[in-house]
Amino acid sequence: MAAVDTTKIDKQDLVWQIEHKSENCALCGKCVAACTFGAIKADVIRKREIISTDLTPNPKSVEKAIPVIKQVVTKSKNCVGCGMCAKVCENGAIKPVYNERHRMNVKYRANNAESPKRGGRTNLHTEGRTLDKIKVGRISQMTDPSLDAMRHTFELLAPFGRVMPPENLPLEVDSTGNLQLNKKIPTTRWIYPIIIGDMSIGALSPRLWEAVSIAVAYLNEVYHIPIRMCSGEGGVPEKLIRSKYIKYLIIQIASGHFGWNRIINSMPYMVDDPAGIMIKIGQGAKPGDGGLLLSKKVAPHIQEIRGVPKSDLLSPPNHQGLYSIEESVQKMFLSMNAAFKFRVPVSIKVAASTTSVSVYNNLLRDPYDIVGGFFLDGIAGGTGAAHEISLDHTGHPIVSRLRDCYLAAVHQGKQGQIPLWAAGGLGMKGTLAADAFKMICLGANGVFTGRLILQIAGCLGDDYGRCNACNTGLCPAGLTTQNPILMKRLDIDKAAQNIVNYFLATDIELKKLMAPIGNSSLPVGRSDALVTVDKNVAERLGIQHVC
Amino acid sequence: MCRIGAIKSNEYFHPSKTLELMRSQQKGHDNSGFAFVMQDLGGIFEPYKDLPLLSMACTDKGMRTAEDILHSIGFTRLYQWTPDINKTKEGLQISPMPNYVFEVFNYPKLYKYATKEEKEELLVDTRLKLRKALEEEDEGYIYSFWHDVLMLKEIGNPKDIGTYFGLHTPNKDFVSKIITVQCRQNTNYDIVRYAAHPFFLQGYTVLANGENTFYEKNKNFQKNLHKGYIGFESDSQCFLYTLHYVNKILKWPLKYYKHVITPLEYEEMITREDKEVLLRIKASLSHLEINGPNTIIGVTPDGTLFVTCDSKKLRPVVVGRDNKTVVITSEVTGINEVLPKRNTETDIYPNEREMVVVDNNLGIQRWQQ
Ligand code: SF4
Ligand code: SF4
Repeated sequence: MAAVDTTKIDKQDLVWQIEHKSENCALCGKCVAACTFGAIKADVIRKREIISTDLTPNPKSVEKAIPVIKQVVTKSKNCVGCGMCAKVCENGAIKPVYNERHRMNVKYRANNAESPKRGGRTNLHTEGRTLDKIKVGRISQMTDPSLDAMRHTFELLAPFGRVMPPENLPLEVDSTGNLQLNKKIPTTRWIYPIIIGDMSIGALSPRLWEAVSIAVAYLNEVYHIPIRMCSGEGGVPEKLIRSKYIKYLIIQIASGHFGWNRIINSMPYMVDDPAGIMIKIGQGAKPGDGGLLLSKKVAPHIQEIRGVPKSDLLSPPNHQGLYSIEESVQKMFLSMNAAFKFRVPVSIKVAASTTSVSVYNNLLRDPYDIVGGFFLDGIAGGTGAAHEISLDHTGHPIVSRLRDCYLAAVHQGKQGQIPLWAAGGLGMKGTLAADAFKMICLGANGVFTGRLILQIAGCLGDDYGRCNACNTGLCPAGLTTQNPILMKRLDIDKAAQNIVNYFLATDIELKKLMAPIGNSSLPVGRSDALVTVDKNVAERLGIQHVC
Repeated sequence: MCRIGAIKSNEYFHPSKTLELMRSQQKGHDNSGFAFVMQDLGGIFEPYKDLPLLSMACTDKGMRTAEDILHSIGFTRLYQWTPDINKTKEGLQISPMPNYVFEVFNYPKLYKYATKEEKEELLVDTRLKLRKALEEEDEGYIYSFWHDVLMLKEIGNPKDIGTYFGLHTPNKDFVSKIITVQCRQNTNYDIVRYAAHPFFLQGYTVLANGENTFYEKNKNFQKNLHKGYIGFESDSQCFLYTLHYVNKILKWPLKYYKHVITPLEYEEMITREDKEVLLRIKASLSHLEINGPNTIIGVTPDGTLFVTCDSKKLRPVVVGRDNKTVVITSEVTGINEVLPKRNTETDIYPNEREMVVVDNNLGIQRWQQ
């Protein structure tokens, strides 16, 4: 037998294997048309059959050409398991099957001399989710009346902006015995405790971005749920900058400064202030990595919004020219605050890290009182594109880190002064209200969520390796692509409606959690409301261990 | 739920009135304790209104420890009073301490020209020192060390406590113009004397009923704010510390206490003229918010008595009056005992957004938030 090249990638090495039942196949070709990755093709196989048609056995060999759907195997681009083919097949003739014994970690690197990239989030799942081990255990039962989620009024509001220590409030008593403010101080706004978190136009298709903006405006204007959305680092469409809806948008600035030219040039034309500014230092899903938008996604409209040529867009992993926390506060925060004349809260987003507490402690001592929010993003957060090595092996879980930051503030007697917002896998199981509520009890003022929005809008991916091809520009659901034809797969109105629906449900669920503990305003830091059967979690977070 | 009450009169009265006030509310407490604070003292204490009065329950050893400390600081005893204790009656449900000490002191000589603030600091520091020393040896409890204030807290059946201390029969010696009182319903905590209301700090008295569901938040914020914010044996101590912080430390008028503990809903706040101030208060003091269910009765250093409730009014309270006396208590039956002939049409059932305030002329104001 001739030498067989076993180093070559073949079907058994792949993460996803296509199972096709030709006996059910109607040969319609829909699956091949639906697959944006070119991972399957129509083909024929030669089949030899021995048949006997006479009365007495008289075997004959016949050759048949059988049409099949065949998996395409290449060095670098293969089936991602999105299941789009299965979705469009009316006969159930085709589906991707996860191959637990795949060898792609070795083969991809050995064949391509590069680090694999993908979107999505960590797929390792080596530990169970901490939040799932926590229950709301302090229920008002006769000691105090529990509230009724449907009848009582609840206030679901979180501060965004610097909160002054009470003794520093410039208040004085006037002649009528009323307090008056005698000096201007930076703005604090009250917004919904969930922010739709920073996914850029570029990472998302403009159609999805539009759907999210519509949903946010609708939730605000029709349902009076003061939810805000963060732009991500990728600029903002000019029409939005100059519209009144800018007030629902937190504009992000990151190390690439993409789109800022246009934002700054449009400032004189703004009819309202944006909801806030978020300076992004890092991202929980890929700490240490900067932003990454592969050139495949840098379509003409993205080039225009961001003000860049077509190429891979890499935000540096750090802000060049900033070397310390103090310097960041002085340079970035001051200039951003000054740009909007201290009317717009300026916040910061960092990847959760073992150093988060020191950073937060330091910011709390900020002498200018201008840091308006600390956004902490944990390892299980999502990303549009990252190196797999960063996604799977760097980062810090969010729960204990958030708790540590809160307790550090308590220790300083400064809790609440720089609002704490947490993210990173919140809503991963679809129940954002429960995750948000538990994080709030542990000390968060609010949470932010991104990846969940994609799920609501029809993402086919999951946290077990399905799809996660957001980096490729070939999103089969039209969500994370800039390809004009693929984008059309997304129905904007339907996606917007689903997002609105999801938040209406979440709003009720938050109240359903506040009612039994007897609270009508958010129980920030009320960890006495939480219990866990896991002793380690109890000890680490300082909540009651129960069994 | 504990039963709480306050009586303020323009004439001196004896604590027997408080036992009357509480008697008919008995189903609401579990005989686990009885405590009261007398302010604006008359009778035997009237000559000493400006001098610190120590209220303490302790062992013999505890008494020696306390006296040593007081002497070392330079306080000299001027007057001492001991209640006439009924040790003969058997079967009383009470676990008394060996000594009940009520002593008036002269300030140390060094403080002759000291300011009011300096003296007040000294009193707080001394009380904390005494408390620590007694606690370390487990030899007793110090309730208050302040001018014109007397406090007693005891574990047991209120009626029996009354009998033990001879409080059922009024006299003219042991009287004051304001008394706040509580009969305990013990729920969350071990029965410790310090956990019994009313709580007192620097002229401020507070008593409350119901759970403080934001206890953890309140406590975490308060424990760093002031040296006197200690103990936290009861979740209601937080209400006192907030009152003290807002009115004494921040020097905000009393009405802002209500804005701190039960901020208006945002939607309403932003329609108001003073929204800038209210929003700042809501943000900066969000950790002092309470979220019910509570009724809070308080007395400020100038003798103002007030009552207010959580923002949903989840605990009852009623205010009744005649021309000599105002009574605030959990249930109207209590007032019926003390002021049977009053005009019940003037009774006030405070709503969730008001503070009912009684001034020293017994004028009643209803402050709407
Ligand atoms: S699962 Fe998705 S990527 Fe794989 S063949 Fe089907 S459509 Fe293509
Ligand atoms: S957003 Fe698109 S590409 Fe990304 S996981 Fe979902 S379906 Fe796949």
